[in-house]
Amino acid sequence: MTPAELPGLPHDDHGPVFREPWQAQAFAMAVQLHDAGHFTWTEWAAALADQIRRAQAAGDPDLGDTYYLHWLAALEQLVAAKGLVGPDELAARKAAWAEAARTTPHGAPIELR
Amino acid sequence: MTEHDHDHDHDHGHGIDDPAHPHNAPLSDVQLRVRALESLLTDKGLVDPAALDALIDTYETKVGPRNGALVVARAWTDPAFKQRLLANASEPLAELGFLGRQGEDMVVLENTASLHNLVVCTLCSCYPWPVLGLPPVWYKSAPYRSRAVIDPRGVLRDFGVELPDDVEVRVWDSTAELRYLVLPLRPAGTEGMTEDELIPLVTRDAMIGTALVQPPGAR
Repeated sequence: MTPAELPGLPHDDHGPVFREPWQAQAFAMAVQLHDAGHFTWTEWAAALADQIRRAQAAGDPDLGDTYYLHWLAALEQLVAAKGLVGPDELAARKAAWAEAARTTPHGAPIELR
Repeated sequence: MTEHDHDHDHDHGHGIDDPAHPHNAPLSDVQLRVRALESLLTDKGLVDPAALDALIDTYETKVGPRNGALVVARAWTDPAFKQRLLANASEPLAELGFLGRQGEDMVVLENTASLHNLVVCTLCSCYPWPVLGLPPVWYKSAPYRSRAVIDPRGVLRDFGVELPDDVEVRVWDSTAELRYLVLPLRPAGTEGMTEDELIPLVTRDAMIGTALVQPPGAR
């Protein structure tokens, strides 16, 4: 059984609206930052379109399944451009999560120490 | 519990051969990126995790094509509403609570016996979220985004929609500021039906323009 076959999972004729939870998280972060006025939706659309163009130029067939990867890349780029979260602190935090994940025993929730 | 009594159904979620996701890593690279970003934004007070969850819940369960279907069914049954909707959609939609989160303008496009409207976003995937929820995968794909403009009739045929030659197909390219909702043709045989009875007939694809609304017996 795949997660998509779980009963009650929100979905439409073409599958779940989000294929994985991280996609929904990335989606919601962008919407909330926009709502708080950190960027306009025009800036967001431009950042997203830019990431899609880069990915296509790099050989991504862009069939929709990589859409949220572009979304996340656009979000990372835009929060850096707006001075909200810089690439260095992002990389450090990612490494901290990776270390936490590596040292957390199987079955326990992964938390930052 | 023995050493081998290990839950192999546990979903690691990704292909084992994915080089970006080593065999024993519990979090994929992209999951780590999302966690890093969300925890930093939370620490800085820029996002609120509880509000994020509420937002996701809204889009997954409360916002969706049913909102758009209500708009369509009401336009079919209430001529005054339809007139206002076609003149300036944002106002009647706001009254129903289907407000654009991004402050974008909404335009409703009426299909007629001689005109069929098809909506696309060639640039990325601008989409009328408040009335249709989140876009389907095909709407975001490059083939749809490019072909909808070059060969709209071919795209429609792929969706099983065959239009007579005398029906004009008009393609509308969404932007960050402007989103479209198609008002499909009301199918024959539904003349006596109420708004509530009509709502389930209206599909998401019909409101994008890649499907026609079928009469009740045909579904």
